[in-house]
Amino acid sequence: MSAGPTITSSPHGARNNRVDWIMLQVCLALVPGTAALVWFFGWGVLINMALAVVFAVLAEATVMKLRGRPALPAIRDYSAVVTALLFALTVPPTLPWWLTLLGILFAIVIVKQLYGGMGYNPFNPAMAGYVFLLISYPVATTSWLPPDVPALLEARGVVGLSFMESARLIFTGALPAGLDWDAISTATPLDEMRTLLDQGSTIDVIRQSPLWGDFGGRGWEWVGNWFLLGGLYLLWRRVITWHIPAAFLAGLLVMAGLFWLLDPQTHPSPAFHLFSGAAIFGAFFIATDPVSACTTRRGQLIYGAAIGALVFIIRTWGGYPDAVAFAVLLLNIAAPTIDHYTQPRVFGHKLGQKRT
Amino acid sequence: MNFIPFHAGSRQRKLWQFHGGLHLPDEKTLSNTEPAAPLPLPSQLVIPLQQHIGTPARACVAVGDRVRTGQVIGEPQGPVSAPVHASTSGVVTAIEPRAVPHPSGLQAPCVIIDADGLDQWAELPPPIPAFKQTAADDLRQRIRQSGIVGMGGASFPADVKLAPGGEHPVETLIINGAECEPYITCDDRLMREHAADIIDGVHIMLHILDARRCLVGIEDNKPEAIAAMRQAVSAAGLERLIEVVCIPTLYPSGGEKQLIRILTGKEVPSHDIPARIGLLVQNVGTAMAVADAVLRGRPLIERLVTVSGRGVAHPRNFRVRIGTPAAALVAASGGYRPDQARLVIGGPMMGYAVESDAIPVTKSLNCVLALTSAESPDPGPAQPCIRCGRCAEVCPARLLPQQLYWHARAKDLDKVQDYNLFDCIECGCCALVCPSHIPLVQYYRYAKTESWAREREKQAAEHARQRHAAREARLQRLERERQARLRQKKAAAPAKATAAGAKAGARTGAKTGAVAGTKTASQHADRQAAIEAARKRAAERRQAKAATADPAASPPPTANAGQETNAGETR
Repeated sequence: MSAGPTITSSPHGARNNRVDWIMLQVCLALVPGTAALVWFFGWGVLINMALAVVFAVLAEATVMKLRGRPALPAIRDYSAVVTALLFALTVPPTLPWWLTLLGILFAIVIVKQLYGGMGYNPFNPAMAGYVFLLISYPVATTSWLPPDVPALLEARGVVGLSFMESARLIFTGALPAGLDWDAISTATPLDEMRTLLDQGSTIDVIRQSPLWGDFGGRGWEWVGNWFLLGGLYLLWRRVITWHIPAAFLAGLLVMAGLFWLLDPQTHPSPAFHLFSGAAIFGAFFIATDPVSACTTRRGQLIYGAAIGALVFIIRTWGGYPDAVAFAVLLLNIAAPTIDHYTQPRVFGHKLGQKRT
Repeated sequence: MNFIPFHAGSRQRKLWQFHGGLHLPDEKTLSNTEPAAPLPLPSQLVIPLQQHIGTPARACVAVGDRVRTGQVIGEPQGPVSAPVHASTSGVVTAIEPRAVPHPSGLQAPCVIIDADGLDQWAELPPPIPAFKQTAADDLRQRIRQSGIVGMGGASFPADVKLAPGGEHPVETLIINGAECEPYITCDDRLMREHAADIIDGVHIMLHILDARRCLVGIEDNKPEAIAAMRQAVSAAGLERLIEVVCIPTLYPSGGEKQLIRILTGKEVPSHDIPARIGLLVQNVGTAMAVADAVLRGRPLIERLVTVSGRGVAHPRNFRVRIGTPAAALVAASGGYRPDQARLVIGGPMMGYAVESDAIPVTKSLNCVLALTSAESPDPGPAQPCIRCGRCAEVCPARLLPQQLYWHARAKDLDKVQDYNLFDCIECGCCALVCPSHIPLVQYYRYAKTESWAREREKQAAEHARQRHAAREARLQRLERERQARLRQKKAAAPAKATAAGAKAGARTGAKTGAVAGTKTASQHADRQAAIEAARKRAAERRQAKAATADPAASPPPTANAGQETNAGETR
């Protein structure tokens, strides 16, 4: 026999599952949703993603170096890339570059690495980075361009930004000649809906506006479907399981449906909630982050449903128009406790048997 | 989903599922196409004195003795033990520690026999063809004499397992022919080639246990074995007693508790044995050995062994005498290929890597696996756990492997037991699917070993505390007795002085002698009393001990019990 075989522990077979493979699957699954965002909101989305990835990888490598650990394996697992992409898909496509830098630094350095790095962070880094910006720079992080739907643009007398115009806006803050922020920036449909409802409008009146499509805001409402496509891909590749996304969406729809049935004039329909904001994106890509989510099956159902319900609650009565980030972070704190109380019945144990 | 039964096979027997498990490439066709070949007798046999769980056998031959095939060379010690037999005739050339099949490369006492090549048999005990008219105890005795142990891997003495005690009558005997580990095909070949013998063995065990029925579980990737076994059952006219059940191929369906779940829907209570729920599991190889012992008087001196993996030239099965070096098996398989990278004893999921093939075949060694680096790549350094939960998805014990991992890593032995570490059967599913390539099973083994060590330490500390308390009490008692004697003496002294004063002057010498005499007498009486008291105390202690013995005597989960109840016969 060949000299000096290595002695390792069983099992001895090939281990085909890999962290970097999982992370790359997530990147791949983001492609349709990203394409939809680029289609409706311009090149800024891609520029933000590229910037965020570069910042995240550099931040990760630097912290690993400072911690005296090999940087290359940490970068090669692509977890920083996934965090960066998720972050970039959450912020407006016109976000100044230095805000992307700040958000990524907060996500990678403080939320991920200072808690111990990969696998140890109790909070979802991308969402924590986004919430950090949302609280610190509320205007910049909620100023969106109108979706690139010709009718909408014409109504506002603007045109979509070219690649160079987007880049200039992100890097220098300079708008194309003849445009100003008030002209191009717009509130998100969720924001619009809130504001108008607060002013006493009814759903019927609000939906008269040409801003609205079949379910949510025109243009906006279809982005989620493309993310759903990516989510189904993740399910198919068994990167995620159905528990968290299904519970999330069920929680949101049940809450929204209940209140909509009570009063359809002051509560938008469940479909509006589903197709607005980050509901689908959050259900498949954010809440399913394994590190910060629940791990027991029953726990995942509770976790997902609670996020869905919280999203509705914050959207309806909270201070911010969208709520996925807050709901996820709140449930991140609760995840260990939920896990503790939802342990599965171990083989050979009776249900509810006290562990000895 | 665990409670959804489904129907499989032509007999429409209701089957159940266990949680998790893995569909693995079974690699069975590498080695199962040819019949098991008898391996030529090697020139030297190394026969370990412990090939079973329990007390090692004690050598009953001396260096220089001539032994014959089937002769007892090691006698069992105590109730849970098994004899070992000479696997061929020859001369005992040494009784010394040699490397034995063990994960740690352990050396253990072995009897070394230089074979004379004649293979002359010793006088064997008479066959018992009329086993149905024979008392169960006699048959168990024969099984014990024949050195039969569980051949599925756990190697628990078969006679002990076949005597589960009166309070738990065994209703159903389950025969494990699942052979769920990839690569291994020795049970497959055994069932194809010796189905009739296996069924004989099953029949004998049914008689011993006075059990109502037998279910033989075989994975559906062994259709020839299933057909052969069904054929043998009908040929023996035992259809009403024995049912051969085709079960879906899913690792680890051959785990004792998993197989029971699949066939009966019952779960063996944690930390307990199947007999608790009226079941008993034996491996097909064990059944074959029982038939040999009872119907032919032959002790367990040979078994089938699979040599497989792409690291050997010609994988196949061999009929091998116990004590044959693994190297001889590999040589008979055409030797190693140049890209052979790892040698494993057992299957790829639960087997252990060994450094050298200079180890003997034992009663429970089922497979010598030479893997190439493509089949068994180096998993590389472990990365951080990302809590993806795949491990929990595949765990057949429905544990939370990643929680166990966290706590095992932190050496938090209380927490790992909170998470039911001792329900882990070390099947390796979690480690195989872990994207971070964490050697999870290794962590669990470590935590189990540490827990056992701590339990032993606790018991030792408790023992020491009791001894210390007893010593303190004894010293105090002695001191009290000494004081009492002193007081007595003091009380006696003035009285004597007065008496002496009254007879002052009279025969001083005689008086001194008399006082000395009384003193000796009283001292003697004191000592007698002290001895009596000590005896009484000792008797009381013994009684108290006997009363508390039962709860106190229940040992910590020892290595043996652990393997028997946890590792089981997962194959």
